[in-house]
Amino acid sequence: MVSDKKSSDFLKGYRDAKLVKGIVENLHQRITRPWSIMEICGGQTHAIMQYGLDQLLPKEIELIHGPGCPVCVTPLELIDQALWIARQPNVILTSFGDMLRVPGSKNDLFSVRAEGGQVQVVYSPLDAVKIAKENPDKEVVFFAIGFETTAPANAMAVVHAKKIGLENFSILPANVLVPPAMHTILGSPNNRIQGFLAAGHVCAVMGYWEYPPIAKQYQIPIVVTGFEPLDLMQGILTTVEMLEDGKFDVKNAYQRAVTFEGNKAAQKLINDVFDPVDRKWRGIGTIPHSGLGLKNSLINFDATIKFNSANIQTQESTICIAGEVLQGLKKPRECPAFGTLCTPNSPLGAPMVSSEGACAAYYRYGRTNQ
Amino acid sequence: MCLGIPGKILSIYEDQTTRMAKVDFGGVTREVCVELIPEANPGDWTIIHAGFALNILDEDEALETLAILQEMSNLAELEE
Repeated sequence: MVSDKKSSDFLKGYRDAKLVKGIVENLHQRITRPWSIMEICGGQTHAIMQYGLDQLLPKEIELIHGPGCPVCVTPLELIDQALWIARQPNVILTSFGDMLRVPGSKNDLFSVRAEGGQVQVVYSPLDAVKIAKENPDKEVVFFAIGFETTAPANAMAVVHAKKIGLENFSILPANVLVPPAMHTILGSPNNRIQGFLAAGHVCAVMGYWEYPPIAKQYQIPIVVTGFEPLDLMQGILTTVEMLEDGKFDVKNAYQRAVTFEGNKAAQKLINDVFDPVDRKWRGIGTIPHSGLGLKNSLINFDATIKFNSANIQTQESTICIAGEVLQGLKKPRECPAFGTLCTPNSPLGAPMVSSEGACAAYYRYGRTNQ
Repeated sequence: MCLGIPGKILSIYEDQTTRMAKVDFGGVTREVCVELIPEANPGDWTIIHAGFALNILDEDEALETLAILQEMSNLAELEE
């Protein structure tokens, strides 16, 4: 254990403007030609915009924002199912707050709540289990979205509900996985990504043992990167160094939080509860083995089956270019609706809603006319 | 929602069947599940996401990385 003073030093240190400038200077000295780097995680997109890191970088670096926004990639089919389930009598639909304003085919969870539907925001999936326990006469459904960071929490909710014998709890399984999406992005004929910042907190759970084969197959450097300004700059510098040297390894620029193996207990929990399934990503399409579905032995906890909600007709907005934004093909400001028809208060697409969506980051931090 | 936030574990306790902890986030205390980090102790730093502690932060590693970055930063200034 380290003293409090030293501890707070290490957190503050990763926001030190002088150190960030030093790394930027290193980048300027190192870079000789243009490079396109994707930060997969929407949390990183927001941190980059929030701290203005995009404006400090050498002009040779283009950051392409990835699809790592769980709210954004949750397919319309699942959102419409959640909306439909929330409208059923005797149901309490629970969800992370971000999800409530995401537009479905016709409306969003907020409007269902306004109509009298019971929609409750939870901070943790365990809170949803608690609501089920306290309301034995209601069916409580948790909208289990998220990446590998959320998968253990979602899995634990099911394990816990089973352990205490809850029959009125189920989840709408919507978890997605990062590595299959990286394959899809890199395998696309439109791909122009030359280096990846891997999402640090996904790697805190999963480790980064899945990445060396990807780096080798596509000859692309991958750097595990954290979320503080200095972490992001270190990740970008490490990627640029490999690109300039013609190397394509996997490196860890977030060593305080991530090990190669990751969190074994969390991985076991995910594997105990879920199996990989093909999953549709909103705006991107179906990606093989990119989702998590409940194991057959836990099918009683699957809301899709409990409510027989799988065959719902959907209708996507015709103006919104969220799909191209999520694939890194277009920037939010290239959308004709950006900031006019589509704003965080009245979003047409999920990336304008979420605290991890690229459109919301551009809108909030004023990247409108660059 | 993928935004993991670092916090410091104040105390660990059992809540029925689940291992929980009180965690300090710069003055705000929250209850989080620590089932996924069985080796955690009070005083450890961890990243919390959706009410779950995902890992234990390695403070020595954090300080070492900072020292390296500091050195790189100083070198860059000298070369300017």
